[in-house]
Formats: sequence, structure tokens, C-alpha cells
Amino acid sequence: MTATPRMIPDRMHSPLTRALRSWETILVVVAICVFITNSLLSPHFLNAWNLSDATFNFTEKALIAFAMAMLIIAGEIDLSVASIIALSSTVMGLVMSSGAGVPVIVLAGIGTGLVCGAINGLLVARMGLPSIVVTIGTMSLFRGVAYIVLGDQAFTGYPKEFAFFGQGYVWWVISFELVLFAGFAVAFWALLHRSTFGRAVYAIGNNATAAQFSGIRVQRVRFILFLLTGVMSGIAAVCLTSRLGSTRPSIATGWELEVVTMVVLGGVSILGGSGSIPGVVLAAVIMGMVTFGFGLLNVPGIVMSIFLGFLLIAVIALPRLLRRR
Amino acid sequence: MTLLKHREALLALVILLALAVIAARFPAFVRPASLANVFNDTAPLMLLAIGQMVVILTKCIDLSVAANLALSGMIAALMNGAGVPLPLILLSVVGLGAVLGLVNGLLVWQAGIPSIVVTLGTMTIYRGMIFLITEGKWVNAHQMSDAFKALPRHVFLGLPVMGWVAIAAIGLFAVVLTRTPIGRAFYAVGGNPHAAVYAGIDVGRTQAIAFVISGALAGLTGYLWVARYAVAYVDIAGGFELDVVAACVIGGIAIAGGAGSIWGAVLGALFLGVIKNALPVVGISPFWQMAISGSAIVLAVAFNAAQSRPKGRIILKEAAQ
Repeated sequence: MTATPRMIPDRMHSPLTRALRSWETILVVVAICVFITNSLLSPHFLNAWNLSDATFNFTEKALIAFAMAMLIIAGEIDLSVASIIALSSTVMGLVMSSGAGVPVIVLAGIGTGLVCGAINGLLVARMGLPSIVVTIGTMSLFRGVAYIVLGDQAFTGYPKEFAFFGQGYVWWVISFELVLFAGFAVAFWALLHRSTFGRAVYAIGNNATAAQFSGIRVQRVRFILFLLTGVMSGIAAVCLTSRLGSTRPSIATGWELEVVTMVVLGGVSILGGSGSIPGVVLAAVIMGMVTFGFGLLNVPGIVMSIFLGFLLIAVIALPRLLRRR
Repeated sequence: MTLLKHREALLALVILLALAVIAARFPAFVRPASLANVFNDTAPLMLLAIGQMVVILTKCIDLSVAANLALSGMIAALMNGAGVPLPLILLSVVGLGAVLGLVNGLLVWQAGIPSIVVTLGTMTIYRGMIFLITEGKWVNAHQMSDAFKALPRHVFLGLPVMGWVAIAAIGLFAVVLTRTPIGRAFYAVGGNPHAAVYAGIDVGRTQAIAFVISGALAGLTGYLWVARYAVAYVDIAGGFELDVVAACVIGGIAIAGGAGSIWGAVLGALFLGVIKNALPVVGISPFWQMAISGSAIVLAVAFNAAQSRPKGRIILKEAAQ
């Protein structure tokens, strides 16, 4: 990874040109194109219930992507998120088997995420280890524990009330997960773009040493970010387990890469220092709608992942190649 | 350099210790034939770890190796089905693997995209291409010629050919990395890219070459894998890229680039290989393997960091974090 020097222009463009040229605008255009293409290609696309179904494709991943975006902006990464889901789900299964009620199951799931996040945070922030390697390790470790507990078995038989988190509707076609997604989108927007903590995250991502000298407690912010990512993974685990109604150790395999793709597609620089929550929200919606559209057209899931792979490289390569001219 | 040697010696010691503990209760495990089997079984991991190590030396990472392996392996199986002679197949898979590596390399070099993003993308693209070519069909043992399947398993001096290929690659890259200009360039680019530029080294080009090496090794391993297990399908070696990175990390290859040796990568792979093969012998459920290798990675990183922490007096405690 070669670090390109960050240019600071002598004078800014007008607010309008900046808005038009921004990554978020491109994403909005892409989202509209996807929406129009889908509705032209399939008569079943523009149906409130179908669209509502489509949101399940991205809500759980997006919950993690919000926290991951902040982590990547701060120059770190967490590849263990999918494994945290597996471990959280397994703990929820254990708690459920011992006859606990719904509130305890949910708390156990979120609590496991918190503990996993704290482990990552301690290893990175306290011991100063590189996050990519640490989380590749804990990625094996967390899912490995789930495999030790479950082997080739599965937990099923979650209580009926537990199904609400992944299958319930708040009002008409508005699912509980969609409300959660919207709520956290606003919360993370406020945290990243409207709080001193958010400013600290950008400062650390741009220059951790300078941030340290300007009085930001760098390691504490990093620790909190890992904690936050763990908790969001725990919440996603609650939703996913509730939606599937069962726990297997292979649950959510490969999600870490989809979440990172979502964040990068949303305009967050993988090198840290820039990106926004609205971008991640748009990327989540685009990915969900593309998956859903392909599904309606009976395109296999793997073709969809090829498309996302191309999209990921293209959206990052194009602006860089154009800027060279 | 003495520090590095120390680190690899320590890892070798850990492996020997593990073998000794196992041998105390299960002497059959350390018989030469059994050890040769463990080595042979670990050959694919060693081959990929060597390629990955070269990439990591240049400050990059290649997450597409397992997908490259699967695609090259499938092409090898299909060419064999079409009656292409074996030497031509071997040349083709190495060439295809190198081209797939070159695609990664060019995107990193010419488009300036971070390698983790590039290979995250090509990882899904390469694996998806297998599906597009085969429509998800498998190539099974009875669809492969006997010569195709026999080569990696052919035993020569007590070790199957696949093991010998790994030994040859270790020998070749031990020389390339320490005795050639390009080998020094890999270290220079990762150690200090700016200094490398002033020393007349093209950073991007060197990184691209590293990706080509990693790709070519993955292509070759693709054939070995498919021929040895006598089956090819979309998901072979799924998630293997993380084992490969794990082998490098355990072997003390610095993820920030510029430091590490081929012996570290090989020993890291062997460590994982010994654990994988020993678990069923010792009677521990294979489901423990994932957690053990995860713990090994975390411990190895913590250990490496503790060793390489700069010694000296900290004058500004807060800033030194």
C-alpha cells in the first residue's frame, strides 16, 4: 500500500460543485440507475412487500458497516466481525438451551459482541499490534470457539417471541430491522459528523501522531471503536439468529468481506482519514437492491458477487485513473 | 539479522517441542513415513506462503491466492478432460496463475489501488469465473486421466512429488530473495519505499512482480491440489487465503513489509500443518483446529511485536504509544 500525499487545494470550489462532485452524489445516481433498471427488468420489483423483503439483504451487514466505517476511517480494520456473529449466536444458543428468556438471550448476544470487541481493542490499542493481523487471528479464534461448542451440530428451537428481531414488522411493510438500520444510521451520522469523538476519529486516521500531540487519547478512541464494532456485530447476530431461527458455527461466513466492500463502496478510504456515513448507507442500499434485482432475474448469487467484485475495483480505480489525466 | 534468525530458531524449537510431546504418547506420529506425509500434506500451504511472503515483503497483501488456486486447478482439470498433454497443462496453469497475479499487480501498480481492496475484488471475481465456466459442475476423479492424478502422488525417495515441488520452490526462492537484485528490491520496497525510489527501484513494478510470483505459485498449486484430491469444483480451498496469511504471520513476516525470511514462512506453514495432522492422532476433535490456529496467530503477533519493540529510553511517555 503506497501512501499518496494528500493534497490540500489553495482555494475551495463552490459548495454546489463540491456537492455535485462528491462521492455520495455518484452513489445516488448509481442507486437511481439500479432502481430504474430493476423496475424495467422485472414487473415484481415495484411491490411494497418485495421491496421490504429486499431490505433484509443489507440491514444486518449495514449495522456492522457503520461501525466498521468509523474503524477504517481511523486507519484500523476488523476482519473478525463475521466470527463475532458466529460466537454471539452460539452463546445465545447456549443461553437459550439453559432455558433463559428472550431478554437474557438478547443481552447474551450483545454482551458476547462487547467482550469480543474488547479483546480486539486490548490487543490493538493496549498492546499496539497491527489490527489486520490481530483480527485475522481472532477471526479464527472466535469462530473456532463456536466450532468447539457446536461441532457439526446446530441450536434450534428459539422461543417464538425471539423471532421478532429478525422477522417482525413495526408497521405495515416496515420491518424491525429496517427501523434499527435507520436509527443506527442517524446515530452513527451524529457520532461521526457532529461530535468531538467523530473529529478525533478523522484526526487519528489522517495523522495519528499529530492527533496524539493535539491531545486526543488515540489509544482510547481506538479501543472504543473496536468495542463499538463488537457491539454492532452482537446486535447483527441477534437479528440474524432471530431471522434464521437457528445457529450453526458456519453462520455469516464471508460477511467480513461483504461489510468491508460495503464500506469501501461507500467512499471510505481504506487508507483511513476520509469517508462518510451517508455514503455507507447508500452503498448498503445499492448492494441490497442489486442482490435483490439479480435474485428476481434468477441470476445465481455467485454472479452477483463477481459483479460486486468488479464494482469495488471499478469505483476505486476510475476516479484515480481519471485524476491522472 | 541475528534477531530474525533467533525468531525462526524459536519457531523451529516450538515445532520440535510439539512433535516431542506428541511422540511421547504416540510414537507412530514421528516415524519418517508419517513425518513425510505431514510435510507433503503441508506442501500447498508452504507454496502459497512463499508467494504470500514475497507480496507481504513489498507492503502488499494477496487475498486472491485461494481463488487463483481454485480457478487454475479447474482449468487444469478441464484441459485434462479435453486431452491436452500433461506438460502443456503444467505450463498453462503456471502461466494462467501468473497472469491472474499480474492483473492484481497492474491494478496496484498502474491504478494505485490498495492491494487489500484489489485482491478482495479479484478474489470474488476469480472464484466467480469458475462458476461461469463450469456452471457449478464438478470435475470428478473418473473424469481425470490416470497420469494427471498420479504425478503429485508419485513417491520419489520416500516423499511424494508434491513435497518435492515445495522443496524446490523453497530452494529457488531462498536464492532469489537473498542472492539476487530483485530479491533485495522486495525487501527495499517494503522497508522504505521512498528510499527504494532514490536507490533506483521502481516500487510499483517490484510490487507487480511480487504478485506475479504469488500468482504463478498459486496456479501451480492449483494443479497439485486438484490432481491430489482428484476433484475440482467452485469452492475448493475456500478460505485458504487466511491460512496462508496466518502461516506468514506465525513465521514472523512483518505485515508492514520489509522484514521476514522464507524460513519463517515455511516454518509457519509447517507449524499449522503439524497441528492439523496431529489433532486426530492425539484424539482432539478437528473442530479445535480453527481456534488453535487463531490463538497461534495472536500469540505470534504479540511475540513478534514484543521482540521488535525499539529498545531505548522513552523520554516522552505519552507520545511513545
